[in-house]
Amino acid sequence: MNIKPAFGNTVVGVGVAAILAACATGPSPAELDREAIAVIRAAFRDQNIAKIDRIQQDLGQAACSSGTPPSEALAEQVMAQAKATVKWPTSGQYFGDWREGERIAQSGRGMTWTDSSTATSANGGSCYNCHQLSKAEVSFGTIGPSLYNYGKNRGVADILAPTAQGIVEYTWMKLYNGKSYNACSNMPRFGHAGLLDEKQMAHLMALLLDPKSPVNQ
Amino acid sequence: MGDPMRIRAQVSANTTTVRVLMSHEMETGQRRDPAGKVIPAWFIQEVSAAHNGKPVLTASWGPSVAKNPFMRFNLKGAKAGDKVSVTWTDNKGDKRTDEAVVA
Amino acid sequence: MKAALLWATVGAALLTSPVLPGVGQAQAQAQAQAQAQAQPRAQAPAKTTADGIAEYRKMLEDGNPADLFEAKGEGLWKQKCGPRNASLENCNLGKGPGVVKGAFVELPRWFEDTQRVQDLESRLVTCMETLQGFNATEIAKTEFGRGEQVNVTALATYIAAESRGLRFNLPQAHPAERKSYEIGKRVFFFRGGPMDFSCAACHSEAGKRIRLQDLPELTKNPGDGVGFAAWPAYRVSNGQMWGMQLRLNDCFRQQRFPFPGFGSDVTIALGSYMGVNAKGAQSIAPAIKR
Repeated sequence: MNIKPAFGNTVVGVGVAAILAACATGPSPAELDREAIAVIRAAFRDQNIAKIDRIQQDLGQAACSSGTPPSEALAEQVMAQAKATVKWPTSGQYFGDWREGERIAQSGRGMTWTDSSTATSANGGSCYNCHQLSKAEVSFGTIGPSLYNYGKNRGVADILAPTAQGIVEYTWMKLYNGKSYNACSNMPRFGHAGLLDEKQMAHLMALLLDPKSPVNQ
Repeated sequence: MGDPMRIRAQVSANTTTVRVLMSHEMETGQRRDPAGKVIPAWFIQEVSAAHNGKPVLTASWGPSVAKNPFMRFNLKGAKAGDKVSVTWTDNKGDKRTDEAVVA
Repeated sequence: MKAALLWATVGAALLTSPVLPGVGQAQAQAQAQAQAQAQPRAQAPAKTTADGIAEYRKMLEDGNPADLFEAKGEGLWKQKCGPRNASLENCNLGKGPGVVKGAFVELPRWFEDTQRVQDLESRLVTCMETLQGFNATEIAKTEFGRGEQVNVTALATYIAAESRGLRFNLPQAHPAERKSYEIGKRVFFFRGGPMDFSCAACHSEAGKRIRLQDLPELTKNPGDGVGFAAWPAYRVSNGQMWGMQLRLNDCFRQQRFPFPGFGSDVTIALGSYMGVNAKGAQSIAPAIKR
């Protein structure tokens, strides 16, 4: 280490700097990923109904936890898994009352640690947080696309007609498990995560597709 | 007694703008606690202001005024160095006076 | 008084907004017709809802109750408190003992004495322990708005106010500071909870809003006085002073996550991520919010 080159300490300086640079590149991305998980696990605790198991990620969550989208193969896997979770209404009834649907869409309640129960009856759909729905409601978010005229735009004149079956099933799947069609959808998985029950989802179906619903006026 | 008010009085041309920020819960008496009991009303009922000891403003407030109320008023005939004092009295009989110097 | 004025302004803004059908439009049209007859030139567009809300917010800034907390915090900084009966005037917030001006816009940062990257609130609690003899763990366990947490909030408001107008410039020289940023980025995108939310679900795109609340894009610099640069802030809707720790805590609550520990590495890492992204943005803290 005690070389004395003709042009001063530059060589030694470069050598030392090179060693320091190697140390200074820091942990690899994979190491940082693991450390982040550890930091997350250490930081959170149970609070009322919000338990620590909520930060256990499933495939769909883990695949969508970075700034870059998952590979096509992984996305396909997530979507296939999501489609497989979808349960059609046990009563065969896809549609409830759009008035109830509007009430559910307006409510952002449920599932936080200040809510008293995880029962679906305590939950809202939070729809207006992200979407426009009926024209009369001006307090709507823009995180998701506008759903105004959802049924009308898709030519649904009769929700019970066989021609509407495709859109009915698509909409149900979107509500039940939005990852069925978009691996990294921002839509909460209302059916799969037990946020809303099938009656509540049927009310939302009516809100979206019933020609009499304010959404389609 | 409550926490101190923040009073700023600034002269500009012919007018002094006085800004007062009061620290008060301003409880309306309409709210209920998690157990369902009514939270008792507790709000400022009267505000008065004086310039060099001379009363210049009185106000009657009620529960519609928000928590930590802010009041701004204009004062004529004040100059830098003058004293502006503000007093509030609430429905519990509590009272507070704070003073500021006109800048 | 103020409340009535507020509602009148908001009401006026909504009535003239073209977003509301019916009345507002009729009025705007009548106005436009009258103006067109007087001056056959293009007239200024009717005030939008966004304009009205912006005007209302500007009016609120004049009497920001955060001032009261700032005054209280300044008193607490200088007051002898705690088992050691000492003030916080020797507290090192990163720029040397007692240096307050400019400290806020360089946090979170690495601290040699605690061997941690710390944000403002956790650093204040460290000083309350080392200088004044309080128990940091106890304070961290205390609910927001109770006990010593009230003082931590007031102190944070004061320290932030002393950097008002300065631009964020978090250090990234220390490897721990760089790592904090990287961890923060990963936490930001981490999806969890029954609704699959992450910070990114709401805060990774420009121009979005939840209901009528604009959402700053926090993966990039959202601009002066926006996002990280606006907290601590006084929230008019609940009359509370919120530091960044409480802001993050309530974000996680609404994300349906479990409870983040006060001053935990998750919260500090997020501060590093947002703060470094906000480099150059002007701080307006303590601000006023809806």
